[in-house]
Amino acid sequence: MVDAFQAEYLSSVRAERRRNALGRVAVYSFLCFFAFIYLLPLFVIVANSFRSLPEITQNGLIAFPRSFTFGAWSNAWSHYCVAGTCQGVKRNFYNSLMMTIPATIISTLLGAVNGYVLSKWRFRGSEFLFACVTLGVFMPGQVALMPWAFILGRLHLSNTVYGLILVHCIQGLSFTTLFCRNYYINIPDDLIKAARIDGAGFWRILIKIVLPLSPPILIVTVIWQFTGIWNEYLFGVVFTGGREQPITASVVALATTVMNAKAYDVTSAAVLIAAVPPLLIYFVGGKYFVRGLTQGAVK
Amino acid sequence: MATLTIARLRKRFGAVDVLKGIDLEAQEGEFVALVGPSGCGKSTLLAMIAGLETVSEGEIRIDGRLVNAVPPKDRDIAMVFQSYALYPTMTARQNITFGMESRRIPKPEQDEAVKRVAALLQIEQLLNRKPGQLSGGQRQRVAMGRALVRDPKLFLFDEPLSNLDAKLRVDMRTEIKKLHQRVGKTTVYVTHDQIEAMTLATRIAVMYLGQLQQFDEPHVVYSRPANMFVAGFMGSPSMNFIPALLTQANGALAVEFALFGGGVATLPLPYQPSRAPAGNRVVLGARPEHLFRYDEDLKSRKSALAAFEAPVDVVEPTGAETLAVLKLADRDITGRFDPDGAPRLGERMKVGLDMANVCLFDPADETLIARASA
Repeated sequence: MVDAFQAEYLSSVRAERRRNALGRVAVYSFLCFFAFIYLLPLFVIVANSFRSLPEITQNGLIAFPRSFTFGAWSNAWSHYCVAGTCQGVKRNFYNSLMMTIPATIISTLLGAVNGYVLSKWRFRGSEFLFACVTLGVFMPGQVALMPWAFILGRLHLSNTVYGLILVHCIQGLSFTTLFCRNYYINIPDDLIKAARIDGAGFWRILIKIVLPLSPPILIVTVIWQFTGIWNEYLFGVVFTGGREQPITASVVALATTVMNAKAYDVTSAAVLIAAVPPLLIYFVGGKYFVRGLTQGAVK
Repeated sequence: MATLTIARLRKRFGAVDVLKGIDLEAQEGEFVALVGPSGCGKSTLLAMIAGLETVSEGEIRIDGRLVNAVPPKDRDIAMVFQSYALYPTMTARQNITFGMESRRIPKPEQDEAVKRVAALLQIEQLLNRKPGQLSGGQRQRVAMGRALVRDPKLFLFDEPLSNLDAKLRVDMRTEIKKLHQRVGKTTVYVTHDQIEAMTLATRIAVMYLGQLQQFDEPHVVYSRPANMFVAGFMGSPSMNFIPALLTQANGALAVEFALFGGGVATLPLPYQPSRAPAGNRVVLGARPEHLFRYDEDLKSRKSALAAFEAPVDVVEPTGAETLAVLKLADRDITGRFDPDGAPRLGERMKVGLDMANVCLFDPADETLIARASA
């Protein structure tokens, strides 16, 4: 009797396991299928950047690579001709760096100061001001195109990297302020009161007390701003041209050049070059990014 | 060392009156406890003394100087917060020296001051740790060190012990008392714990609904509470309030109240009240420790002992004493008895009430009816 019972129990366990295994196979195949679809374009781009152009034109854009060359990479970096100048995207890559790094640093620091004021030095109307600032988060960039064109023209900053730095500092303020303010609101007010009694003023409290508590949110803000500004296309293509363009704009210009046959190998390499810095930032800071976004109160 | 004088102080947040005219003063070296239930305005009052809140009306003077518009850093005060408010990224030493650095005090002088305070609070071995690496009691000490080190005129405490566990709280209470006796600084101490106020303060300010109810020495606040709020707030278990009638018995003044199961207790009053309220209705206030098991021996020692009978409803032994709930006609009263001869459950007990220590209140305005001076 006991044996029969045990056998039945064991067989039911085995059936359960079989069902589990089957289910798992189904889930994994499902996931693999979508991962494959998602990664296919990336694979095509990476492969094409190493294939030779004759092979691409002969076998088609989507095909397994049969040749391997770095030619397209060096071509895209320093030789390829866009709109009459044959310097590749090197210059535009540099433009992007010169634009992204200062704009990231300045907008992050301004966001930190804004957040500090809006959370720790409240005044009549500060909540309203904060609401106005965060409104910018929901405003599409296109809306700001005409005003910016006007302002940059007046300031004689059209077609310069400095103009773009200004645009990105201001456009980014909404996000950086929102991030920092919401983080600082969790820093206990007693710390600020204690510091005031200790004789520290506005800036000393910011520098000595608040900023040392800020690395998690500053990393999040820097990653957010860096990738956002680096990947931004609209302002770059509207307010700059030719040699002054950031890399996003120049890659598009390169891909849509109609003078000669499409150079898919060079285009692919240029796209990948343009994608490297945000990827690097994410690899270095990604874990802080996730941690920072989910982190709550400061102990 | 300094004095603190507060006159007609008011605070409004929008339409809400948080403080409604507070008058208070602390003599040089005095320890004043601000006590009251949450929302009574005691923390707001402290924040105004510190300069962290603005003054709506009235004045605050430290050592005679009007400080209404003086920023916190120039008031020469130090404050210990309930949350300790230690700077989390700094070591204990940096926490303690932060204020001196803000004031550009030379480094050797800072080191000297840290050494002195660390020795006083026995935190020498903790100086290089960050607040996260300290226990609650250690953080408390560091927070006090930060306050002590600047040698301020005025010491402010905002419920400094409420985040500690019960045992540590009692220890730190003793420490604070010792500390005050040693450094003798004028201190204002906010607490909602009446025992802390009783044990620490030289004078207690009892606050309720934004008003000062009574400001006096602990024993006066305890034994002659100005009104029924103060009487009920100070002391645990709280004072029993028994509605009663002023009458005459055998030609002498007495109070009379109904007993459980019919019958009336008539207890002779050994003193003359300064006035008789409307209809001779009073509220008899009796602290639990003034109830005894009646016997002739006790009566011979306490001449004002008056007896009545009441059934015992609940008995709660705590070890050192036994609390018992006794039934009267329409209410229960609590007594605090010696474990020897403690009340037994269900017993109809002959209770002795020491009438020399009872208070009489006017039920109309809940104020104390004073004793007429002889």
